[in-house]
Amino acid sequence: MNVQIAEWTLLNGQNACSITYLRDVSGLSEEEINELIENGLLTPIDSKAMAKIFPMHSIVTVSSARRLRDDFELDSHGMILALTLMQRIDDLQSELNLLRAQFK
Amino acid sequence: MKYKDYYEVLGVAKTATLDDVKKAYRKLAHLYHPDVSKDPKGEEKFKEIAEAYATLKNPEKRADYDKIGSHKNGDNFTPPPEWQAQYGSDASGFDDVDISDFFSAFRSGVHKGANAPVKGEDYSVSVSVPLETVFHGGAINVTVELPEYDQHGLPHRRPHTFRITIPKGAQEAQRMRLAGKGGPGRNGGQSGDLFAVLTIAPHPLFRVSGSDLYFDLPLSPWEAAIGASMQVPTPGGNVELKVKSGTTSGQRLRLSKRGLPKEDGQSGDLYAVTQIQVPKEISQAEQDLYQQLSAISTFQPRAHFNMEVK
Repeated sequence: MNVQIAEWTLLNGQNACSITYLRDVSGLSEEEINELIENGLLTPIDSKAMAKIFPMHSIVTVSSARRLRDDFELDSHGMILALTLMQRIDDLQSELNLLRAQFK
Repeated sequence: MKYKDYYEVLGVAKTATLDDVKKAYRKLAHLYHPDVSKDPKGEEKFKEIAEAYATLKNPEKRADYDKIGSHKNGDNFTPPPEWQAQYGSDASGFDDVDISDFFSAFRSGVHKGANAPVKGEDYSVSVSVPLETVFHGGAINVTVELPEYDQHGLPHRRPHTFRITIPKGAQEAQRMRLAGKGGPGRNGGQSGDLFAVLTIAPHPLFRVSGSDLYFDLPLSPWEAAIGASMQVPTPGGNVELKVKSGTTSGQRLRLSKRGLPKEDGQSGDLYAVTQIQVPKEISQAEQDLYQQLSAISTFQPRAHFNMEVK
């Protein structure tokens, strides 16, 4: 078995990336990424900074947004609504996981 | 090449209109889209649905697909002579070609001689990691089948194994991006990325919530009543835990910073959830002692039942 040693990036809150990086990785336009920021779905590390940088886990959000846009043929309003609802589901799932861990 | 019945995948007739195909796709996509569905097989199912839709919504590709004729799902079929001529390959060159990879390349216009660079597809693979690996850090192998293009431009799936290091502090559902390790780009396009989605494998003792861990701590009635010291398991090894007198069932005893490492270098907490258990069978001597206890105890666990109902 040929095993390749792979370099990876952990998509966490400790590493950071630029809006250009998010655009290149996801395939979303900067305009669409800015709409995600305006709607609270992406939060820059320092919102007052001129050049915004984002926690690396933002890649998960932008990739998901691009998939939803393409796979459901959504406009930006539909994409934002779907992402907002999905984030609420994720929050509820986290609470459910916590309760399950506490009470089995 | 193995046949995939795209009409059956979408649940439409071969005579279905484009509108019927779209409706069927949307209905199924709502059920199985990996960002929406919690079905563990959702991603696989959605890929099949998306492949079927990508082919049937495009009149040119649909016509090409229809040339294959009618077969059962999974049947081997001989590619039409014009495909063989187009790719400069005989029928055996198509043997291990995945029909979805083939139509995906077709969609990108590779066989049309288009020269525009096309980025390779991103792939996502779920990786189950033992809790011990998350706690200590460690390496695991991830195998994923990715298409490779031969000299004729035909896509062939080949298994690729990547060794990736799980860092301390990795969390459930966290992603790792392996840049350029997805599907190959074409016409000089960039390769896609591979995303490894971490899931922490169920552990026989510990339940995971973020960086915190929980486990059940069974106690005997006398340990709960008068307190006790005991060895309890933690991911880093056993530690001594003191249970105070008067402990009740369902209490959470916190062992600070004994949980999983966090990405900021701190650690979560470990909680022992108390469960008072009684023996199913007791000896005569034990029964006598319980009766003595019953006679002398003033404890009234149901005192609050004596409220007047207004």
